[in-house]
Amino acid sequence: MKEKLVLIGNGMAGVRTLEEVLKLAPEKYDITVFGAEPFGNYNRILLSPLLAKEKKLDDIMLNDLQWYSDNGITLHAGKKIVQIHRGKRFVKADDGTVVQYDRMILATGSNPFILPIPGANLPGVITFRDIHDVNAMLEAAQKYRDAVVIGGGLLGLEAAYGLRNHGMDVTVVHLLDSLMERQLDKPASGLLKRALEEKGLKFALQAQTAEIVGDARVTGVKFKDGREIPADIVVMAVGIRPNIELAKSAGLHCQRGIVINDTTQTFDPRIYAVGECVEHRGNTYGLVAPLFDMAKVCANHLAQLGYARYQGSAISTKLKVTGIDLFSAGDFNGDETTEDIVMQDAGRGVYKKLVIKDNKIKGAVMYGDTMDGSWYFQLLREGTDISAMREQLMFGQAHLGDSGHGGASSVSTMSDKTEICGCNGVCKGDIVKAITTKGLFTLDDVRSHTKASSSCGSCTGLVEQILASTLGGDYSTTPKEKPMCKCTDHTHEAVRKAIKDKHLTSIPQAMQYLEWRTPDGCHSCRPALNYYLISTWPGEAADDPQSRFINERAHANIQKDGTYSVVPRMWGGLTNPKELRAIADVADKFNIPTVKVTGGQRIDLLGVKKEDLPAVWFDLNQAGMVSGHAYGKSLRTVKTCVGSEWCRFGTQDSTGLGVQLERITWGSWMPHKFKMAVSGCPRNCAEATIKDFGVVCVDSGYELHVGGNGGVKIRATDLLCKVTSEAEAIEYGCAFVQLYREEAHYLERTAPWIERIGLGYIKERIVDDVKNRKALHERFMESQKYFQKDPWAERAAEGIEKHEFTPLKQVV
Amino acid sequence: MTDWIEIGTLDDIPKLGARVVKTSNGDIAVFRTADDNVFALDDRCPHKGGPLSQGIVHGGRVTCPLHNWQIELNSGGAVAPDIGATGCYAVQVDKGVILLNPVKRRS
Ligand code: SRM
Ligand SMILES: Cc1cc2nc3c(=O)[nH]c(=O)nc-3n(C[C@H](O)[C@H](O)[C@H](O)COP(=O)(O)OP(=O)(O)OC[C@H]3O[C@@H](n4cnc5c(N)ncnc54)[C@H](O)[C@@H]3O)c2cc1C
Ligand code: SF4
Ligand code: FES
Repeated sequence: MKEKLVLIGNGMAGVRTLEEVLKLAPEKYDITVFGAEPFGNYNRILLSPLLAKEKKLDDIMLNDLQWYSDNGITLHAGKKIVQIHRGKRFVKADDGTVVQYDRMILATGSNPFILPIPGANLPGVITFRDIHDVNAMLEAAQKYRDAVVIGGGLLGLEAAYGLRNHGMDVTVVHLLDSLMERQLDKPASGLLKRALEEKGLKFALQAQTAEIVGDARVTGVKFKDGREIPADIVVMAVGIRPNIELAKSAGLHCQRGIVINDTTQTFDPRIYAVGECVEHRGNTYGLVAPLFDMAKVCANHLAQLGYARYQGSAISTKLKVTGIDLFSAGDFNGDETTEDIVMQDAGRGVYKKLVIKDNKIKGAVMYGDTMDGSWYFQLLREGTDISAMREQLMFGQAHLGDSGHGGASSVSTMSDKTEICGCNGVCKGDIVKAITTKGLFTLDDVRSHTKASSSCGSCTGLVEQILASTLGGDYSTTPKEKPMCKCTDHTHEAVRKAIKDKHLTSIPQAMQYLEWRTPDGCHSCRPALNYYLISTWPGEAADDPQSRFINERAHANIQKDGTYSVVPRMWGGLTNPKELRAIADVADKFNIPTVKVTGGQRIDLLGVKKEDLPAVWFDLNQAGMVSGHAYGKSLRTVKTCVGSEWCRFGTQDSTGLGVQLERITWGSWMPHKFKMAVSGCPRNCAEATIKDFGVVCVDSGYELHVGGNGGVKIRATDLLCKVTSEAEAIEYGCAFVQLYREEAHYLERTAPWIERIGLGYIKERIVDDVKNRKALHERFMESQKYFQKDPWAERAAEGIEKHEFTPLKQVV
Repeated sequence: MTDWIEIGTLDDIPKLGARVVKTSNGDIAVFRTADDNVFALDDRCPHKGGPLSQGIVHGGRVTCPLHNWQIELNSGGAVAPDIGATGCYAVQVDKGVILLNPVKRRS
């Protein structure tokens, strides 16, 4: 019969131990897992990007429920163990479940530390430890404005950055005078503070919190010196304490953590402990790399191989805030027995410091350029004598023995023993070997085969470089490096830049300057070039109808039988008897077979013969209707709900705002179609949160949302910010449209565009930088002078492009 | 018997564009390339009958507007990997006047 193994704590360290056990001795144990959280095992590290909305819940799952059943593991998710009976060898959960064990792993993690101050248990005080906490923060960010984060360490800053990404006003309160003092020296900490301030965070340093104020929920934070700042939520991130209650009550020896020996056993040899809950040789750990080291040793013992020993870990740290590169390891402050090598390049925002003792690296801090962090960390752990390379040390590994390979990526110079993924202890050699022997091609392959880049993700760039240098031409790095199409080697970015910098205003000119390989391009690059030209030089670059897809050339939508559909614009979805009569008349007069209400609140006339189009438009124009651009890479529809004018829940005039938005933006050409909506309250009947730009009205103003998509891959919007007036909503909306028009690739909708460039960037350009927002808005209005013309009227009444709608000849 | 029919002038068709000649046997698409060569094909894509006259002309080919098949203008043949061909007609341009021979060369 199999032995019974029970794991208490369904977290990162515990489940990693099980994975290792399954690798070494898959048949040995009958495994049962208890976890207090109601999920499979997720990547706790990625709670930060989850909060910042850079990742979704699905992305952070490490072992879903399927994994447990596939491996024959019984999972009790959502059940907390309340008792361990060591004599009778069973555990008991809070719902009464009892399970026998032969061996046990304790991996209960740690608890956030709560400052023992008045008000600490008020509603609105949140910690940052699990999914539940993130949900609480996300919910608060929707409703409230002022956030205070207590604690300027890793966790506090990541929480603050996440909340800022949701448009909250965030102040970080820190007891000391510099941030992340346990990982950074003063200069690096100063650079970090400045960069975070540029991202919109505020700081109160050397501030001791005395009290959290509020009656029903928090309203503010009071400091010892009497100052008080407003707060709708308070996030406590002041540290963690090993979770040892259960172990203590079972009579296991604990100090700060559950004490274990070098084989990860507690004082009861049947019971092992791994993770943040343990204390080993006087140390406790709060990062995953050492925990994964313990997991390996623990599994080795459970498999009864018995040769591995845990001897403690050196640790290095990175901060997961998008756009900030920071690395620290070892003793980075030094003392009178050490010497420093420092390099500072204020212009590039780069700072590096190495602490050296007896010709060995003792510590490192890097800010701005962390490329060589893993190399220094390797030298540090291995105690390498650096006297021979001392002069080049600061310039990084790529400079050692560089004989004219300046262009080659620096991973190619790394030794096979250089650790790439700190979380999982994966070296360059392991990755190269997996790529070549298992035939891997993608980042995801490497993640699943080696675990590199699968925890905190900060080594992703390095792994990609290794893929590229190992596979050579077979690996196409990121899509943004791809040429536009087969006619050229240039990327979308390069083409756009040339059009702008070289003032190119026609397709032949652009093709000649950029050395196109084909005489007149193809159906894929010509429409893109045409768009880049007219959007960069409105009024100056001539529109080329022959480089537009038929729908945009014929200003109607081609159907499978070669007929067309006609959708007149109905501003904000409003219509009236006169328009409806005209539509009915047109349908009769031209024998239009189908009249349909569309998904975008308009009316579609389907099955119109091409020759009839100008006459149909003429009649619709007579009733005051213009093109709905239902066929174009352009502003499509603005959906609205009835709003405050009629609806008993409406908070603002959503219909009116929708009409205004449509009146201002119609006619503009875009990289792809662009849809908007305005809902009058958070019930959101106009579905504003799956639109490219959506407004949800609330009592106190307007929430502006961006980057939603229905369609093939559904994506809910990100909250850009909240504003208080219609005028602001319109200005922000137009600025967003213009940023998208100027920077997205042709045929890239706002959803993939935002995922490529990041919401943070858009906020920087539109929310934080007022001048830039106004300039974008102005450029949009300028461009609209040229494009806000009804293409139907030009063709129906003025006979423009007549040849498009008439046969060349009728032969009998 | 070949009856050349005058169908219009070169200027009637935009460069890199097409016009339609209506006949009792269906529509014929007449294309003009960047270097002023003129070609005529049945206005029916060999894939699902899409109107080729509405496509984008590039080099010596047209891309069908419905599902992006590419068709050779001089032969009516689909460009690999797609397989198929559409009817093709002889055309000549004489002092700017386009003449079409409405007898199918191949179908
Ligand atoms: C007419 C309409 C269906 C209807 O009868 O209700 C429609 C019809 C077409 N849609 Fe749509 N879509 C219509 C609403 C939508 C909606 C709903 C909405 O707008 O609220 C969506 C999902 C929302 C979104 O876009 O995020 C939608 C997502 C798509 C997609 C997928 C886009 C994506 O990003 O994944 C395509 C394909 C594309 O654009 O490449 C598409 C493409 C098409 C095309 C243009 C296909 C084509 O190229 O021929 C269809 C044209 C038919 C015609 O000739 O009129 N249609 N389509 C709707 C017109 C809306 C309007 O009033 O203007
Ligand atoms: C927001 C955030 C960001 C982080 N970023 C990084 C980073 O960038 N790099 C890094 O290395 N580390 C990071 N960490 C730390 C890292 O996540 C932890 O070190 C790691 O998750 C600890 O693993 P563990 O298994 O010891 O504990 P946990 O992952 O916390 O797992 C313990 C589990 O045990 C359960 N449990 C507790 N008691 C019981 C009981 N009595 N019965 C049943 N179940 C119980 C708990 O509910 C929990 O699910 C971060 C942590 C957070 C919160
Ligand atoms: S879902 Fe849209 S694209 Fe698909 S058939 Fe319907 S209208 Fe056409
Ligand atoms: S009908 Fe021409 S490609 Fe499908």
